[in-house]
Amino acid sequence: MPELLQIQNIRKTFPGVVALDDVSFTVAPGEIHTLLGENGAGKSTLMNVLTGLYHPDSGHMQLAGEPVHFTSPRDSLSRGIGMVHQHFMLVPAHSVFENILLALERVPQFYNRKHYQQKMQKLIDTFELDLDLDADVWKLSIGAQQWIELIKLLLRDCRLLILDEPTAVLTPQETDRLFKVLRLLQQQGKSIIFISHKMREVMEISDRVTILKKGSSIATLKRAEFNADILARLMIGQDRIPEWQKNLQMSEKVVLDIRNLSVRNDRGLADLDDFSLQLKEGEILGIAGVAGNGQKALAEALTGLKEINKGKIFAGDMDMTHSTARASYISGIAHIPEDRKSIGIAPDLDVADNLIMKSFKNTLFRRGVFQNRRAIRRNAEEKVSRFAIKAGPEGSPVRYLSGGNIQKVIIARELSEQPRVLVALYPTRGLDIGSAEYIHKVIVDGAGRGMSTILIAEDLDELLKLSDRIAVMFRGRLIGYADPRQTSREEIGLMMSGEQREQP
Amino acid sequence: MKLVIERRDTSSALLRFSAPMVSIVVALLFAGGLILAAGINPLDAYREILYEAVGSTYGLSETLVKATPLIFAGLGVSLAFRMQIWNIGAEGQIYMGAMGATWVALFSGLENHWLLMITMFCAAFICGGLWAGVAGVLRARWRVNEVIVTLMMNYIAILFVNYLIYGPWRDPQGFNFPLTAQFSEAARFANFFDTRLHSGFFLALFCALLLYLLMERTVWGYQIKVIGSNPQAARYAGMRTGVAIFAVLFLSGAIAGVAGLSEVAGLQYRLQHGISSGYGYTAIIIAWLARRSALGVIIVSLLMGILLVGGDSLQMLWQLPIAFVYAFQGLILFFLLGSDFFIQYRVKLIKGAQGG
Repeated sequence: MPELLQIQNIRKTFPGVVALDDVSFTVAPGEIHTLLGENGAGKSTLMNVLTGLYHPDSGHMQLAGEPVHFTSPRDSLSRGIGMVHQHFMLVPAHSVFENILLALERVPQFYNRKHYQQKMQKLIDTFELDLDLDADVWKLSIGAQQWIELIKLLLRDCRLLILDEPTAVLTPQETDRLFKVLRLLQQQGKSIIFISHKMREVMEISDRVTILKKGSSIATLKRAEFNADILARLMIGQDRIPEWQKNLQMSEKVVLDIRNLSVRNDRGLADLDDFSLQLKEGEILGIAGVAGNGQKALAEALTGLKEINKGKIFAGDMDMTHSTARASYISGIAHIPEDRKSIGIAPDLDVADNLIMKSFKNTLFRRGVFQNRRAIRRNAEEKVSRFAIKAGPEGSPVRYLSGGNIQKVIIARELSEQPRVLVALYPTRGLDIGSAEYIHKVIVDGAGRGMSTILIAEDLDELLKLSDRIAVMFRGRLIGYADPRQTSREEIGLMMSGEQREQP
Repeated sequence: MKLVIERRDTSSALLRFSAPMVSIVVALLFAGGLILAAGINPLDAYREILYEAVGSTYGLSETLVKATPLIFAGLGVSLAFRMQIWNIGAEGQIYMGAMGATWVALFSGLENHWLLMITMFCAAFICGGLWAGVAGVLRARWRVNEVIVTLMMNYIAILFVNYLIYGPWRDPQGFNFPLTAQFSEAARFANFFDTRLHSGFFLALFCALLLYLLMERTVWGYQIKVIGSNPQAARYAGMRTGVAIFAVLFLSGAIAGVAGLSEVAGLQYRLQHGISSGYGYTAIIIAWLARRSALGVIIVSLLMGILLVGGDSLQMLWQLPIAFVYAFQGLILFFLLGSDFFIQYRVKLIKGAQGG
């Protein structure tokens, strides 16, 4: 069978970095081809090259046997290559119909609404999608919004669909629906490039898998040639993923007691609704839930960034419901925020200044109103070497650091004060496996010293691996607890979609 | 062939230094075109500017005199820039500062020189500060855009000062001119070298030093930098951003207010119509060009001083209108802003682009 897409020896460099070294792979018509690789392996860059956002330094691309050189995403789209990005490109205030219409080409100024509606409805029916064309986009679930993106591409007759980590935001049930649709598309002869690093999904859906590592395509394996072990080994390049010893003797002492907490968001809707939780000393309490079900509000309420409408938070015996961020920091809560770049750091300041962002008022770092620059510098040197931060030349702004190193800066800052409670939101999101392992180790080591952690993560494997207990959230409520040693991923998945369950 | 614009990840120190230099040269070329159109040899004109502004003790002193209010106002505006706050109202704050100082000089009844100096300073500081502080409160409390508020309040300040000098404060012996009575000797700055150079200039340098220490060495300055770099992160670290917004705008306006003091106590010895000829607006350009550094403000203000003094002489020698000086300032700012683009992006020619 002639290949639909052929990519040969693509190389792309950025100043000082080789993002893609030597990438080659092919996609056949009607194939689901998975790109597997750690974060930073070059998946996104490769897709940006493929869709014409970046220009490769060298290498060739052929589409249906013809050499191509795309200059923009519009260019590649007109040749039948469409991409569903991780962040959807939708107008939230508009209806589904309007959003799809926006993506179509050559819609006349006075268009026949019925004609387009029928065209869209036909696609929705073919794939049995649960989607109302007249609904406003902001009211829809993330899964439904993804359908819109897909329909946009299908209406433009794309032959090759690229899905960039489409399951990251979906519940296991929504993921199954998506896979069904992907198989239908496959039967219609569409080719799909599927990007993921969730091993289970890769195993389930892929016809072939190409593994990217450090910017090179190191292997392409057919179905039956691969299993989870082989893929993991190729991707990570080390034989065993270390397992951490779980802290089995959990103390019964409650360090944090959350009682009937309610938090409203800007629209007046409940982000947290009558939410109760008890955190014990030395415990790693995992919080599972599909993104957007109140995890962020929980973390912000705990760290004093969000106003609490109802309920109480006790740390030990201290009522800290209405304390400011500073007061809760002093009472020993550290916080690894969800969006490290937008709230975790001051990007224009250097590592030393970022490391003291919470402790700049300590007498250690100042003499009266003046800062003690020497102590600040010494503190930075010590943290940089202890946490193995690659900080670049002294005084260079933090924004030039890689995601993993920025996260290390935040962790060094938050954990250096020996906190009693750590609230970590998606602490390993976007990090390569090495950095993620390091962060896991820091959390587990902390637990050994008696630090209690609330770990909010989207990867169930990560939660199962680290947590002593898992609490599941749905629409701002606590659905129930799960014991990671006895509960299967599927059970937790069901709870994540809101199914109530007896406490173990 | 195809032009492609790419964002640079880093820009070299050489580029960051040379791009502004090149843009100043380009601005000189364009301004040269304007001078040529007026029938004058640009080289002669530039030589004249330099000679007049720095070629003699008198010229040099005049340059420093012109630079003084610019340094004050520039420092004020650049302090607010540090926190991503845009104080467009330095002009109004200069007027209010001048008004406060004048009130003390004329109506307080104080006669001791140093007591007068200190009281006048405080009055100018507080008046300028409160004037900008209004925008600070509105911004911190209700998120009202400070650009609009500070800009609008310029008109209020200027017109209010006009009201005073046309009305209640008008000098009874002033033949109906819109100006106040002259300050007593005790309410004037000292002069130096038999020129118009006055203590205000040295006060400005001292102010720059203080501001530098404040920003780079104190805990408070550190907080301002964090808030300026990322207000969300600052809130997350427990800093009180609202208070800081007010404090920074207050201080920014207060320093601009001292420019008003320096003009009335050092130069004019009275409050009169047009005591600031747009210094507050030039200060915005200065703060931008200085890239928020206190030393930069001094250097750029001196350059602007040269331009103003030199421009005056062009006016006298060849009847070039003063508007030429403002056009030249505009050109410099325009090309410097343009050079920012080349510092942040690179433009590449891609050969043989095809497809699509």
